[in-house]
Amino acid sequence: MAATVKSSAKAYFTVGEEIRDTKAPAGPIEKKWSTRKFEAKLVNPANRRKLTVIIVGTGLAGAAAGATLGEAGYNVHNFCFQDSPRRAHSIAAQGGINAAKNYRNDNDSVFRLFYDTVKGGDYRARETNVYRLAEVSAGIIDQCVAQGVPFAREYGGLLDTRSFGGVQVQRTFYARGQTGQQLLIGAYQALERQVAAGTVTMHSRHEMLEVIIHDGRARGIVTRDLVTGEVEAWYADAVVLATGGYGNVFFLSTNAMGSNVTANWRAHRKGAYFGNPCYTQIHPTCIPVTGEHQSKLTLMSESLRNDGRIWVPKNPEDAEKDPRDIPEDERDYYLERIYPSFGNLVPRDIASRQAKYMCDEGRGVGPAITETDHETGETIERRRGVYLDFADAIARLGKKEVSARYGNLFDMYAQITGENPYETPMRIYPAVHYVMGGLWVDYDLQSTVTGLFVTGEANFSDHGANRLGASALMQGLSDGYFVLPNTINDYLAAGPFEAIDDSTPASVEALREAKDRIEKLLSIQGDRSVDSFHRELGAIMWEYCGMDRDEEGLKIAIEKIRALRDEYWTNVRVTGVNEDFNQALERAGRVADFIDLGELMCIDALHRHESCGGHFRSESQTEDGEALRHDEEFAYVAAWEFTGDGQKPVLHKEPLVYEAIELKQRSYK
Amino acid sequence: MKITLKVWRQANKDAAGSMVTYQLDDVSEDTSFLEMLDMLNEQLTAKNEEPVAFDYDCREGICGMCGIVINGSPHGRYESSVATTTCQLHMRSFSDGDVIEVEPWRTGAFPVIKDLVVDRSAFDRIIQAGGFISVNTGSAPEAHSTPAPKRQADRAFDVATCIGCGACVAACPNGSGMLFTSAKITHLANLPQGQPERRLRVKAMIAAHDANGFGGCQNIGECASVCPKEIPLESIGQLNRDLIASLFRGDGKTA
Amino acid sequence: MASTSLSVHQEAIRSTVVKKVVMALTGLVLIAFLLMHMFGNLKIFIGQSEYNHYAHWLKGDLLYPILPQGWFIWIFRLVLLTCLVLHIYCMAVLWAASLHGRGARYVRTRRKEQTLSARFMRWLGILVGTLLLLHLLMFTVGWVTTGYTFNAEDPYSMFVGAFSQWWVVLIYAIFVGAVCMHVRHGFWSAFTTLGANVGTGARNVLNALAYFVAALLFVGFILPPVAVLIGMVS
Repeated sequence: MAATVKSSAKAYFTVGEEIRDTKAPAGPIEKKWSTRKFEAKLVNPANRRKLTVIIVGTGLAGAAAGATLGEAGYNVHNFCFQDSPRRAHSIAAQGGINAAKNYRNDNDSVFRLFYDTVKGGDYRARETNVYRLAEVSAGIIDQCVAQGVPFAREYGGLLDTRSFGGVQVQRTFYARGQTGQQLLIGAYQALERQVAAGTVTMHSRHEMLEVIIHDGRARGIVTRDLVTGEVEAWYADAVVLATGGYGNVFFLSTNAMGSNVTANWRAHRKGAYFGNPCYTQIHPTCIPVTGEHQSKLTLMSESLRNDGRIWVPKNPEDAEKDPRDIPEDERDYYLERIYPSFGNLVPRDIASRQAKYMCDEGRGVGPAITETDHETGETIERRRGVYLDFADAIARLGKKEVSARYGNLFDMYAQITGENPYETPMRIYPAVHYVMGGLWVDYDLQSTVTGLFVTGEANFSDHGANRLGASALMQGLSDGYFVLPNTINDYLAAGPFEAIDDSTPASVEALREAKDRIEKLLSIQGDRSVDSFHRELGAIMWEYCGMDRDEEGLKIAIEKIRALRDEYWTNVRVTGVNEDFNQALERAGRVADFIDLGELMCIDALHRHESCGGHFRSESQTEDGEALRHDEEFAYVAAWEFTGDGQKPVLHKEPLVYEAIELKQRSYK
Repeated sequence: MKITLKVWRQANKDAAGSMVTYQLDDVSEDTSFLEMLDMLNEQLTAKNEEPVAFDYDCREGICGMCGIVINGSPHGRYESSVATTTCQLHMRSFSDGDVIEVEPWRTGAFPVIKDLVVDRSAFDRIIQAGGFISVNTGSAPEAHSTPAPKRQADRAFDVATCIGCGACVAACPNGSGMLFTSAKITHLANLPQGQPERRLRVKAMIAAHDANGFGGCQNIGECASVCPKEIPLESIGQLNRDLIASLFRGDGKTA
Repeated sequence: MASTSLSVHQEAIRSTVVKKVVMALTGLVLIAFLLMHMFGNLKIFIGQSEYNHYAHWLKGDLLYPILPQGWFIWIFRLVLLTCLVLHIYCMAVLWAASLHGRGARYVRTRRKEQTLSARFMRWLGILVGTLLLLHLLMFTVGWVTTGYTFNAEDPYSMFVGAFSQWWVVLIYAIFVGAVCMHVRHGFWSAFTTLGANVGTGARNVLNALAYFVAALLFVGFILPPVAVLIGMVS
């Protein structure tokens, strides 16, 4: 069966050459990083000032890289679309940051963190990069503490750690529920220090629209000044994209509203391969959608599942009843029923998927949402929420203890929903949270475009098909503080490269492309707002390329997305003019790229006829309904090459070689 | 609910602005304030009118990008006991038929860019002056080499939660940025790592605060009362103490 | 405003915070003076000769023979005048900074914490200054008199003469009221500026003390004129 499916999927893409060399040095895995650092060419400190580096994005990966390269003496230009570098969405991460410090004396080590990350990624991550990530993780904590990041401490004055995301060692450092905020502010302050020192020039409220490739190298970017509308080119010897994830392709996600794929997608169009675009992480404990007006979703810490019990009414007619009036025997504690040993603590993807199935069956609770039925294509009303009930926990532990453990989350829930979770069960539903996919990079974090580096969530590299809790912050800072600054010099050592300016053909073309696109968007003057397209795209992606994907649905999705794109470019309405602060225009460019990305995600999901990590193909599951990998066929990174609008993308496979770790199938029953 | 909105419309920094009245029908009480503005913008787009410009990003109260004065109170907090950002304010705080006035932060240091959007880069410049600990990447000592007393570390955390939204300045009758500045001073002053630069930092940050057009503090307390992260007024006390003490030291006398 | 030729230290010395510190210190000196003045006024209840003797001693014999006779009062006046001038100068500079800092006005403002005293602090200061001038003209230099003839040797008679008229008491009550409102916020604000606001507890204590001092001053200053008006003292 697999063969026929694959041949039919092949109508959507072609297969190119395999990627055999990821530039990781030879030798045992523990030696690779030090070998690479030793072999890398160096830049004399006196020459660094003459080398310009453009960094797009000021999240953990961007701000950390900007600060570090500035300290080293390079001439850094840093861009962000927000009004200040401190707003980047790394700020919203709650849980913590992993590091192999072994402060708890609980058998932790670099190798264990490496192993857990590869396993958590369902064996779809590149060993060499993950090992390095684990290796530099301890230094991140030192760096952040020295910057004044107020991590949680014990009375002895030493750092507190906790266990997170189901791992059995306590290696997660945290700053209450605002770890991302504190780490980002630390990196932001280091960046601002370099701004004051004159090594970094900050360009806020600037959006990258194109990458400039001259003579085979990434040599600059085109930006739009979001206040004045000015479209201008910036030149450098290397370009770094630290532009975050693209979860907003689903419209509703826990990402910031402004998070977008434009920088990455523009680079992809210019030759950067896109790695594993379909790998999406969906978080089970988010606050459900309340209606058509919804603009984003809010995540609540998974720790809620430690004491909360998840259920839906057995009887769909009970959906509107006060949940407290539904008797025990009329409730279905479905996770406890299906997975008796793990119960409510099953992994994120299983918890998410089961919630979806319950709601698909019509047993969801909360407000009814209008959606299109997958099978029939009809517009239907469905409730998208399940109960997360603390009544038992309150009876067992007392309200005081429950409040001590979860008080801040309960307050957050109450503020958003207006309901009191101490009295009535919370309602939760899964939401898109993180994307493991991103631009393909080699061991040096360089993309397939020479001189174009990609860091943090924007690249695909370290998490495989699923990311462990508290590892996103680790990767962003690892890339920014320690990895990129030790690899980019190898490339820059050949510089400074030939000076180019606005009259160089590559810049002329990039500027023209960016301006033409803006003009085109403004000239359509159709009937539908940008947001309405974005919502529609999100609904398609969520329905067909969300928690549960299958061949038929993905093909439908691709057709729908193509039709949506056609309509977009003929019927979108963008008000105002370019030479102004024009948020409709900002969004219009982003949504256009999301539409293209959405198609590639569906093609990637369609071609990967296996389930792994965050990618669940319903055709590929065990008898127990668990994700079933096909290692012999799919143990590779799918790196997609753009070949032109309306052309089939080319799939390049990077085989995943496991030398240090043995592949295993997981089980949670 | 039916809502009447009076929104400050201003084409750009130099243009004169005015309040413009809009009607919104069918606003769900589960809508957040910014989603309500999204609705208004969809409505304006349908009529081919320019949507209202307003800043937003995370919409979960942590990035600090949003900030609107609602009915005369930054983030619409006024007398509510729940600290909130604009994005976390929900329409259930209002009643059917309400008239809601919506204005940008108005303060000398934050010029209006358009409609409800202001330029808060002055905050970045205060941080640039000294709101950091000078430690280059790679030169940090082992994290456990310097224990930090838990109580002080917790106090540092309490003020490190500042999101830089600017509500404190917007609420201040003097347009003072003292609560923001003091939050950073207090954060770093309560950690052992912050000590070497403590005196120079407070001098430099205050100098930058004043140079960027913020007014002086009158100890009125409006700032703390609207702060979405509940940064306490005593942070300003810490700043004052640190500055006074630093005046008797030579830090910053040269260069 | 920041001149590049200044060092960070010099900029810090010229900062708004230091000006506030100057206002706080001078303000506290003036509050101390008020408390002393009030204490002196209350001597009116003891009798004419006691009261006049106290005034005479204050102006002539205090600190004699450390200082020549009559010197203390001038040093004292000079100190107060210096405080007043510094207080007003800093206020003017800070007010200008506030006007600039505040920018355009809101169409609608709803303040939550601001007390009346805090809101009208500067205007109260101006009112106090104006009435202070009148007060000095009436009782210190004697350029304006009503109901009495100026005689520096007999302040008791001037006091009784002036405050036998209800409208003088009324104006005086406004004066004292303004002073007390100014002190109400000023006392708390001065200590806060000096760094005494270390937490919620300190804040409550400082505020309570501010109310106490303001009320004490009001009562202490208003009692003697009222006593004159109702004939208790004559």
